[in-house]
Amino acid sequence: MRIHLTSVFVDDQAKALAFYTEKLGFVVKDDVPIGADRWLTVAAAEDPDGTRLLLEPSGHPAVKPFKDALVADGIPATQFAVEDVQAEYDRLVGLGVRFTQDPMAMGPVTTAVFDDTCGNLIQIAHMAG
Amino acid sequence: MADVFKALADPTRRIILDELAERDGQTLFEICTRLLMKHGLASSRQAVSQHLDVLESAGLVETMREGRYKFHYINTAPLEPIVERWLDKSKPNGRRHPDENPPDKRVR
Repeated sequence: MRIHLTSVFVDDQAKALAFYTEKLGFVVKDDVPIGADRWLTVAAAEDPDGTRLLLEPSGHPAVKPFKDALVADGIPATQFAVEDVQAEYDRLVGLGVRFTQDPMAMGPVTTAVFDDTCGNLIQIAHMAG
Repeated sequence: MADVFKALADPTRRIILDELAERDGQTLFEICTRLLMKHGLASSRQAVSQHLDVLESAGLVETMREGRYKFHYINTAPLEPIVERWLDKSKPNGRRHPDENPPDKRVR
């Protein structure tokens, strides 16, 4: 068994698609209409056949209070790997992305946390060496 | 004043203040991460949240909502009465006990 799909609840799929592709640099894997929503997935440009991220609509009434509470406390919805957290931080800040936690080195791990503008916080991380 | 001493009596709460002094304006998540990664304190988020409530009641921590996020800031103002009460600021090193060595002979 392996993880081939994971998901984040996004407030607006069109806005999420723009953010995840234009700012984060992911590529679209699936974009299929399902009623008013879409089966919309993205993957890493350098690993297009790798794990897909489903940009899932947050229409269910339980989702908003759940996301709001996590965001208020600064808790990320998921984590993405990058080569260099500081470099990615600088690049994203340049694109107007808001961070709730600046890059922080803790032993072998460096992390930072940003707002995906679709109701989630996302953590980026790299391991030293 | 009693609240300040109570708040400072707990070592985890003192570490939280240390971390906020190092970088002011942290989310609950960042504070928990620092306690775990830098200090090996695997306190639950609920426990850390309760520590923050005690610090906030004592006026040592202030929370500010910024949009959808909540950040915690250190406030050292409640510590000033402690300084006023026991330290004599007119002397460079504070008031010393008469038995104590004069400043030029003190071991640093």
